[in-house]
Amino acid sequence: MRGEKVRVQTTINGQAVEFLCEPRQSLLECLRDIVGLTGAKEGCNDGNCGACAVILDGRLVNSCLMLGVEAQGCQITTIEGLARGTELDPIQRAFLEQGAVQCGFCTPGLILATKVLLERVPEPDESQIRRWLANHLCRCTGYDKIVRAVKQAAAQLRGVRA
Amino acid sequence: MSERAYTVIGTRPIRHDGADKVTGRAQFGADLRLPGMVYGAVLRSPYAHARIRRIDVSRAASYPGVLAVVTAADLPEGPDRLLELVEGTLPLSYARANVLARGKVLYKGHAVAAVAALNRHLAEEAAALIEVEYEPLPPVLDVLEAMREDAPLVHEDLRMKEFGEPTGKPSNIGEHFRYELGDIEQGFAEAEVIVEREFRTVMVHQGYIEPQNATALWNQDGRLYVWTSTQGAFSAREAIAWILELPVSQVCVTPMEVGGAFGGKIRVYLEPVAALLSRKCGRPVKITMPRRDVFEATGPTPGTFIRVKMGARRDGRITAAQVWMAYETGAFPSGQCGFGATCMLAPYDIANLRIDGYDVVVNKPSTAPYRAPGATQAAFAAESVVDELAERLGMDPIEFRLRNAAREGTRRADGLKYQRIGCVEVLEAIKNHPHYKAPLGGPHRGRGVALGYWFNIGWYSSCTIAVNPDGTVNLVEGSVDLSGTRTTIAMQVAEALGLRVDQVHPRVADTDSIGPTAVTGGSRTTYATGWAAWEAAQDVIRQMKARAALLWEVRPEEVSFERGVFRAGDRSLSFAELAERLEETGGPIVGRGTVNPGSAGGSFAGAIVDVEVDPETGQVSVLRFTSVQDAGTAIHPGAVEGQMQGGSAQGIGWALGEEYYWSPEGAMLNSSLLDYREPTALDVPPIETVIVEVPEPNHPYGVRGVGEANIVPPPAAIANAIYRAVGVRLRQLPMKPSAVMEALWAKGD
Repeated sequence: MRGEKVRVQTTINGQAVEFLCEPRQSLLECLRDIVGLTGAKEGCNDGNCGACAVILDGRLVNSCLMLGVEAQGCQITTIEGLARGTELDPIQRAFLEQGAVQCGFCTPGLILATKVLLERVPEPDESQIRRWLANHLCRCTGYDKIVRAVKQAAAQLRGVRA
Repeated sequence: MSERAYTVIGTRPIRHDGADKVTGRAQFGADLRLPGMVYGAVLRSPYAHARIRRIDVSRAASYPGVLAVVTAADLPEGPDRLLELVEGTLPLSYARANVLARGKVLYKGHAVAAVAALNRHLAEEAAALIEVEYEPLPPVLDVLEAMREDAPLVHEDLRMKEFGEPTGKPSNIGEHFRYELGDIEQGFAEAEVIVEREFRTVMVHQGYIEPQNATALWNQDGRLYVWTSTQGAFSAREAIAWILELPVSQVCVTPMEVGGAFGGKIRVYLEPVAALLSRKCGRPVKITMPRRDVFEATGPTPGTFIRVKMGARRDGRITAAQVWMAYETGAFPSGQCGFGATCMLAPYDIANLRIDGYDVVVNKPSTAPYRAPGATQAAFAAESVVDELAERLGMDPIEFRLRNAAREGTRRADGLKYQRIGCVEVLEAIKNHPHYKAPLGGPHRGRGVALGYWFNIGWYSSCTIAVNPDGTVNLVEGSVDLSGTRTTIAMQVAEALGLRVDQVHPRVADTDSIGPTAVTGGSRTTYATGWAAWEAAQDVIRQMKARAALLWEVRPEEVSFERGVFRAGDRSLSFAELAERLEETGGPIVGRGTVNPGSAGGSFAGAIVDVEVDPETGQVSVLRFTSVQDAGTAIHPGAVEGQMQGGSAQGIGWALGEEYYWSPEGAMLNSSLLDYREPTALDVPPIETVIVEVPEPNHPYGVRGVGEANIVPPPAAIANAIYRAVGVRLRQLPMKPSAVMEALWAKGD
């Protein structure tokens, strides 16, 4: 059978995680099929929908465009790592309160994108939000309520930080 | 606005499935992992039209890690029947042929064979080893060419139906139908202004972000279990069972969370294939579609050619309309042309009209419904002509529409007489909206309006409600939840039982666990399944009244129930207090409700749009967009707005950029999300919404479905806006920069 497996050591959602994968497997595939974290979604497998986005060493990446073996030594945050215990992250809460979720398939990627955006730009304006989210396709919402959710989360996070 | 005072209806609670959707815990079909599960891959046709001479699977079958290989030879060949899908019907033979091609491939991407292997990569590698010998045939790719007498036939056995009767004539035309009211000759003779135009649209895709997927387990007890991304667990069960010649009760379908559908997830594609593979290897088999297959082998919605002629008197009354419309349905007939014909003139009271419609097969993917199927293309044509008529008459486009607006009692093109509808109210809302009068604020800008209609569907639904001893209820429903209907249905139960919405726990069940329920489509779910849930709540109330009567030693008729409190004389018990005492009064209470309304009140929608056209590049930017829609009673206004905004964005994409782009041989050249451009957050403005509430006369809470009509107006509204911006009328979709530039050059700019 094909595919000698490689051992990859990472930190996922704050926990040391070691997995074996074939060199050809994408990080998305590794997360979903090997590690069992299925919150990152496969929408296109070529980097054009953003549903597979995860945070890798502080950067938002499309996990379908990266090999699992390239994650050696990296810190990864997936959607599963956002809530603290039974407490939702303010971004997750804002998405719910603003009705920014319809089918929910693009939601994990959009929430993680929002997290990275607000870490860099705590008070983004409408066009900054739209430009940043333009890497993520959402077919259900028309984006309006997503933009509102990002604004609400930004306001709440500024309040928390202040 | 609705006059009844509600407690829960009209509020904006957080969805019951909300936490699962924002934490990644929601289980979509591809997230499923079963013990021993293996993976499938599908081999697809490289030709748009070819005879299959020979298939040799031996190399694939012996590839390491391969457990099973299937082709159409593994499908049964039973007698033909008609599959009833909520937005159209499909002969079983066609559904089966679409799942795995037998004898001929009818479009590029048509499934030919499939492999199950230990992992996805092995399955894909093995599928590539299947040898298929094709005899390429000339493809027919254009709707008008396909209608010619000398066109190559897509199906040798297809015979045209005309006005409902078989003609026996071999043709690519599946059906020619006609809708007729009054006398168009007389109507045009009365007209003082006549406009006649031709319109073209091309195939577009529903564009859901979650690709099709299916997992099947042909169990050792003979039952088939399927987990899939579908709009209808029961319609999927029927299609799978029929295709495989099984009794429906031998199949159990579990609907997984669905990552967008819009009509494109009613048909089955992968489910029967996964089932055949599972039968061969005795293990659960999961297949997920690559994005390219989603474009090439599922969905799209028809391209069209439509000619519209309309006449009006100087006083602004439309006197006649004549339409000739042909829809390319892809590899198999679809019936969407009829829906377009029903909807395109629906906003108007026109005494004399004739619509001739043609459903035409071509060597392209078999088309599927897409949000108000068939109506958007038709409204693009009709609403452009209406706009031009208003202009020729020197009338405001909304005033012109108001003068001809359909009302209660008006006849639709197909003969149906409207009950109470909200067409006038939608027009008034547009007229009175600040957007309609706001300054445009710059050159090359224009404002357009258009109307849209979708008739909405009733059909069957089932619900049960179990009362918990803590005074809450569990609601089980058969409707797949695409966008929050668990909550909009639970809200109707909460309203009926006097509970808070978080005291109702909704669950979408598999086909073993709830009564039959038609697909989530046709904007029917909050309407029909909400109605079934209301019936189940009434059943709970009836049973609980009897329990209260028992406790109080009165007759059940003496017990009243209002706002969550049972009363008789001066005695009262809250719902929770009585729920606690069920065990001592006879045991558990489960209410049931089933409905099967034959029709539903239709929904009208309108759009106001401002565009700016770059005269150097032809790029059209949407600056401002307002969507107006009649929701009947808006159960969850936030969810209604979400539907309106989502449909509007899809309409904007359809108008300005989305298209299937073909090679001369019939290969789709842009089958990725890079090259097929769905709107991003940068391509659409904030979408303003106005919910109009004209309660539907039959539903207990006056609900009208709101899922679809909102996609219908945008392309026409944008075309009308472009005309006002730069003086050219675009009569083909998409109105991409090159099309705008060609129109500007033709005008001499």
